[in-house]
Amino acid sequence: MEGILSEARKSAEAAEVFEITSEETEAQFEANRLKQLQTSQATSVALRIIKNGRVGYATSTGPGNPKELTAAALETAAFGTEAKYRLPGAQDYPKVRTFDAKVNSVPIKEMIALGEAMIAAVTSHTPGILCDADVSRGTIGVRLLNSRGGESAYRKSFFSLSLMGTLIEGTDMLFVGDSDSSCHPLSDTRKITDVAIRQLELAKNRAKAPTRSLPVVFTPEGVTSLMMPLMSAFNGKTVLEGASPLGDKLGKPVFDKKFSLRDDPTIAFRPGSRPCDDEGVPSQRTPLVSRGVVRNFLYDLQTAGLAGKKSTGNGSRGRGSLPLPAVTALVVTPGATTFDEMVADIKEGLVVEYLMGAEQGNILGGDFSGNVLLGYKIENGKIVGRVKDTMVSGNVYKLFKDIVAIGSETRWVGGFLQTPPIYCRNLSVSSKG
Amino acid sequence: MSRIDDVAAGLAPDLKKSPADYTEARFEESQTSHITYIGKNLESIGRSAASGGNARALVKGGWGFTSFNSFEGLEGRLSLAVEQARSVGNSRSELAPVPPSVDNVPSGVAQDPVEIPLAEKKKPMDEYNEIIWSVPQIQTSSIGYSDSRKKVVFLSSEGSFITQERADVTLRLTAVAAKDGEVQQVGLSLGSRGDFNAIRGLHSKAKEMAQNAVSLLTAPQAKGGEYTVVLDPILAGVFVHEAFGHLSESDFVYENERMREIMVLGKQFGGKDLNIVDSASDPPGLRGSFKYDDEGTPAAKTYLIREGKLVGRLHSRETAAKMKEKPTGNARAINYRFPPIVRMTNTYIEQGALSFNDIIADIKEGIYAKNWYGGTTSMEMFTFSAGEAYMIRNGKIAEALRPVTLTGNVFTTLQNIDAIGNDLDMNQGGGCGKGGQMPLPVSNGSPHIRIRHCLVGGK
Repeated sequence: MEGILSEARKSAEAAEVFEITSEETEAQFEANRLKQLQTSQATSVALRIIKNGRVGYATSTGPGNPKELTAAALETAAFGTEAKYRLPGAQDYPKVRTFDAKVNSVPIKEMIALGEAMIAAVTSHTPGILCDADVSRGTIGVRLLNSRGGESAYRKSFFSLSLMGTLIEGTDMLFVGDSDSSCHPLSDTRKITDVAIRQLELAKNRAKAPTRSLPVVFTPEGVTSLMMPLMSAFNGKTVLEGASPLGDKLGKPVFDKKFSLRDDPTIAFRPGSRPCDDEGVPSQRTPLVSRGVVRNFLYDLQTAGLAGKKSTGNGSRGRGSLPLPAVTALVVTPGATTFDEMVADIKEGLVVEYLMGAEQGNILGGDFSGNVLLGYKIENGKIVGRVKDTMVSGNVYKLFKDIVAIGSETRWVGGFLQTPPIYCRNLSVSSKG
Repeated sequence: MSRIDDVAAGLAPDLKKSPADYTEARFEESQTSHITYIGKNLESIGRSAASGGNARALVKGGWGFTSFNSFEGLEGRLSLAVEQARSVGNSRSELAPVPPSVDNVPSGVAQDPVEIPLAEKKKPMDEYNEIIWSVPQIQTSSIGYSDSRKKVVFLSSEGSFITQERADVTLRLTAVAAKDGEVQQVGLSLGSRGDFNAIRGLHSKAKEMAQNAVSLLTAPQAKGGEYTVVLDPILAGVFVHEAFGHLSESDFVYENERMREIMVLGKQFGGKDLNIVDSASDPPGLRGSFKYDDEGTPAAKTYLIREGKLVGRLHSRETAAKMKEKPTGNARAINYRFPPIVRMTNTYIEQGALSFNDIIADIKEGIYAKNWYGGTTSMEMFTFSAGEAYMIRNGKIAEALRPVTLTGNVFTTLQNIDAIGNDLDMNQGGGCGKGGQMPLPVSNGSPHIRIRHCLVGGK
């Protein structure tokens, strides 16, 4: 890395080298049986330079060849964006714990046993169900060096469990499952199988959904679909381009008072956490919505420079590209209502667990529309059965203006979102019944 | 010779001596460049290079797989894969026989897109962006261009040694219009098997796209419910990929008795006029085309549906053996970090006899849906979204609608296709995701089709 930095400094005003290494081991189960053991090792390095005020960029796998990387970065700098930032110098980073050495020492045998335990629990509840499961563990090492003396290095461990069961009867298919991840080793398979078994129980009976407006309770898994539009609206880049419906709403009440949301990369032992972002800016908690009022947008260095703001430490590097603002971990502040109280409150409505295709609509505008892959009908305060051939459509800004209740039981879903269930007043439902 | 040729040649003798039932290795070198605009400004421009490899071994029906991008200590990697396979396997290894091949397949492109100077590649992007911005009420735009060149060497313990090169070009243009808090967008996706010329000359399409985004600002939303829907070739291509293609990938079927009952060959899935094909071999030169798949099986043209009946499905060597069918050459991996899994290639509905006017003539009230945002499937249910939509009233295209999302049940919806057009067109802009491997280059196609009783989301 030092070699790349010193080579790049010969011809550029500023330079930054970012290296990421990873080792991962995975046990994969297919159709109730162990199918494959997999390991992967990878190293990649990215060089960013500023030459004549413009940004150049090149990446490579392995430790990288200093001369080739510098030449490629120089070629791109000729057309690159004008740099609107200075790379951060030496910094104090917050202590964010993301590494547990115990993860690496979990024996493969134990990983296989965890997978088998999940499958045994679900298949003994519902014979005939076929489960795919995955148990993985690994470590990631991140190092960053820049020509202004900025330097950071941290390690992260991760461990994840996931289970998906498929139950087929005739051409009717039911998908159930859950997943969990942490920087610590996980050993509680019950947490996952209890969710799957509860879904199987609730889906045993079939119910009909009408085609009209209904109140809907989104479970934490269901809430992920609603977060897609918000993730783009709070992105400083979208705001800068004038494409965010929230762009001119800073300090204004846009959402229901019950709704608070923050981005938080500092929670200990969460896979999304880190002491600094991918350009060496210290991590911070950023409130996005406080009691319905829009508080902040998320920035990386360049976007912040263009917008006249400060980076919020949200610069993230996707596949082979320059850093862009991105959420690290979204946290919805829980309310006081239990899931059971929400259901009990509804005369006729739906519970939505998985919405399929919701990310395909006009996300920028907040519209979503999806097939209820797993959801239940509520009648007179009770879940009466699974609904199928049913679509729900709505607009997240209209929906979150008037939220009936935010749940008290909060959960991590999809690795990036911690949320309780959310009870929405009215959603358009179309169904073949 | 590049580095991976030497590495692969050096490993071949070890592979033949492997104690596993079957062992293979795959090495890969790739170069890519990308240009991204967000709004009026160039967002990112860059070049990257990658190389790496993997080893995969099969012992008593269990697989071991290891990937790496350090080429040190390869024998150790090989033994690790064998060791892993040993600790998984407890039954019998089954692989459909495929004669080993020794071959060298060049990319076939006249000009390598990665080598074209960035300045030259940037020029048409600048022009498209300027055109998009020339339309009033455009709030912002985005352009994502990328190209790649890739060389893959595959070798197996059975004696295959195949080198294949390919090049790819993809472009996505998006125009975003906004007014009074309303935001609407329209996109255009194109791609080619490495020919940069395929994305030149899109000036009028870029303009039309931007104008469409603006007109959506005032378009009404569809009323949710069941409609007769006509799909254009692009969207019908997404439909055939999502609604049927994924179901014919037999890795979801081979270990699943109930699924095997549903997908029994000879079962009637659609009307007599319906023919669905997946083909990596013919026509050649599409983004999903290749000569050998990532297990060294030669590409084939596979009829999935013929005259409405299920007649075939897509296989890897393992799924073919377990279902006692012939391998179809559909085992694909997005890169060296993943093992091959059963994937589509170029998937299309064969063309019928009807003109577009014939198809819409007797529709009293329906929806004409064009272009795509995306699609997904659960095998039983599918959803896909149109980028543009219009009401059809009394056999005529009427007012524009907000983009619509359509959903349905795979098994009933194919039966509800009652008209197939004479205008087959393949879309090269797609990338398919499955098992964390995304975006895999595929193409989809269809003529215009009409579907009765399709569920449309709306207000």
